[in-house]
Amino acid sequence: MANLVIAEHDHGSLKSATLNVISAAVAIGGDVHVLVAGENASAAAAAAAQVAGVSKVLLADGAAHAKLLTENAALQVVAVAAGYSHILAPATAYGKSVAPRVAALLDKAQISDIIKVVDADTFQRPIYAGNAYATVKSSDSVKVLTVRGTAFGAAAATGGSATVESVTAVADSGLSSFVSAELTKSERPELTAAKIIVSGGRGLGSGEKYRELLTPLADKLNAAMGASRAAVDAGFVPNDYQVGQTGKIVAPDLYIAVGISGAIQHLAGMKDSKVIVAINKDPDAPIFGVADYGLVGDLFELVPQLTAEL
Amino acid sequence: MKILVPVKRVVDYNVKVRVKADSSGVDIANVKMSMNPFCEIAIEEAVRLREKGVATEVIAVSAGLLQCQETLRNAMAIGADRAILIETDVELQPLAVAKLLKAIVDKEQPGLVILGKQAIDDDANQTGQMLSALLGWGQATFASKVEVSGDTATVTREVDGGLETISLKLPAIITTDLRLNEPRYATLPNIMKAKKKQLDNVKPADLGVDVTPRLTTLKVEEPPKRRGGVKVADVAALMDKLKNEAKVI
Repeated sequence: MANLVIAEHDHGSLKSATLNVISAAVAIGGDVHVLVAGENASAAAAAAAQVAGVSKVLLADGAAHAKLLTENAALQVVAVAAGYSHILAPATAYGKSVAPRVAALLDKAQISDIIKVVDADTFQRPIYAGNAYATVKSSDSVKVLTVRGTAFGAAAATGGSATVESVTAVADSGLSSFVSAELTKSERPELTAAKIIVSGGRGLGSGEKYRELLTPLADKLNAAMGASRAAVDAGFVPNDYQVGQTGKIVAPDLYIAVGISGAIQHLAGMKDSKVIVAINKDPDAPIFGVADYGLVGDLFELVPQLTAEL
Repeated sequence: MKILVPVKRVVDYNVKVRVKADSSGVDIANVKMSMNPFCEIAIEEAVRLREKGVATEVIAVSAGLLQCQETLRNAMAIGADRAILIETDVELQPLAVAKLLKAIVDKEQPGLVILGKQAIDDDANQTGQMLSALLGWGQATFASKVEVSGDTATVTREVDGGLETISLKLPAIITTDLRLNEPRYATLPNIMKAKKKQLDNVKPADLGVDVTPRLTTLKVEEPPKRRGGVKVADVAALMDKLKNEAKVI
C-alpha cells in the first residue's frame, strides 16, 4: 500500500492543511509520498521532506504550476498516480477542486471530507451539514480522498528525512488562466489552524462595529477572526472569514461566537471546537444549545468588558 | 450558446434530518424536499446570462426519481427553457452523475455548464469537477462573479485566502458559491408557464451509462452530541470559567 498526498503550498512553504492530510495517510498505513506541484517550489518540497512520516517527495516543478491551476494539478497527479492505493488532498478550496478531477480521470469514486479512517477501504464522513456521520466503504482499487483537517492532528513539521525526487512537470492544459487574486492580508493565525477564534455575526450590525468590537478582543487573544454567513453576505467581512457547512470548518480550543444566532449551517463549521462561548442578546438563540458558556446580553457592552478583563 | 444547468432535489435546507434507528441512513420520508440552494443560484445565473443575450437557451437537467420533475418544473419557473430528467431509482453517486451529464452534454453541446458547488445532502462537492475532467474542459469552482464575452468566461472564485479571478476558454464548467447572485422568486404566472414547458425523460441505459455505485454506505450515525453548557451571569463569571474550569486562556 502506498499513499500519495497532494500538497497544498505556496511554492515556498507548505500550507498547514497538508500536515493534517499526512496524518490521515499515516493512519491508513503504508508508505506516504507527497506530491509538490509548483514552480520554483524546491523550498516547499524540502519542507515536505522534513515532515515526520513522509518517505518520499515528488517535485513537479514547471511553469504550468505557477498559478496552481487545478486542471494542471489534476493532470500532474494522474501522471504520477500509478502504484498508489490512496490519493489524498486537503478538503480546502484547492483540494476540493483538484481531487474530484483526479478521481474522474482515473474512473474512481472520490470520498469527500473524511473525518476517520476505519480501515484502508472504509472511511467516516459527515453528511447533511454534519447532522449525520456516514461510514462508507469503497470497492475501487484506488481511493481518492479529501481530508477534513480538524479531524486529524497535524503531522510534525520536522523529524522526517524523505528523499526529494524530481518528476517531469505536465504541460499547461490551456483550459484556464490566472487573471488576478485579491487575498485578505492578515498577521493573524490562519482560521483553520488557529487555537482561538473570535467570530462575529449579524448581531454586530455593521462592518465598522465588527472591527471596532472584535479586533481588540482578537488582538488580546492572538485569535483568528471568523464570521457567520449572514455577516459575510451583509458585507461586514470578506468571504474567506466564513465559518460553516460551505465555508471553513474549524475546531479551535476556544471559539467565541458574538452576535451569531447559530443556524445549523454555521454550527456545522464550528461545533467540534473544544470550548464554545456564545454572546447573544436572545436567550433562545440556538447557539446556546452548543455553547459551553453562554452570556446573554448586549454584545456592545459585554465584548468591550471582556476585552478589558483579558 | 446553450447553457446546461444540472439541478438536484434534496431535503430542504431548513429541515434538520434524523438518523434512522437502524443506522441505514437518514429518514427522509415525509420531509420537505426542495431544489439544492446552490443549484438555484446556478439556474438564476444561467437565466441572467440569457437575459443579457449571452445565452440563447437554458436547459435544466436532473437525475434521480420521477419526483425530480418537480425540481425541474421549479427550475423552469425560475426561467429555464426546457428540462431533461434522467430517471432512475438507483442511488446515484457523483461519478455516475458526472457520466450521465457528460452524455447529455455530448448530445446538447452547451457552451457552458453551471452547477451548484455542492449538494447540501451528501455535501460531496464533486460533480462539477468530475464532469469537467470527463469532458476535458476547464473549470472555475466556487464562483462569486461570472462574465462571459466571446469564447471566454472570466470568473471570480471564493478561495480560502480571499478571491481569485481566472479566465476560462469555453466550453467550460462553473460551480456556484453563495454570493454569485440572489435567485428570484418564481412568480405564479411563471409557475403556470413552466407547466407547459418541454420536459423530456430518459433512462441511464438510453445514455449508455453504468451508474452502479462504487461506494457502499455501511452505516449512518448520529454525531456525538454536544451538550449545551451553562449560562453565566456576567463577564467576570465567564472569565472565571475560561481560566479555572476550561483553562483555555
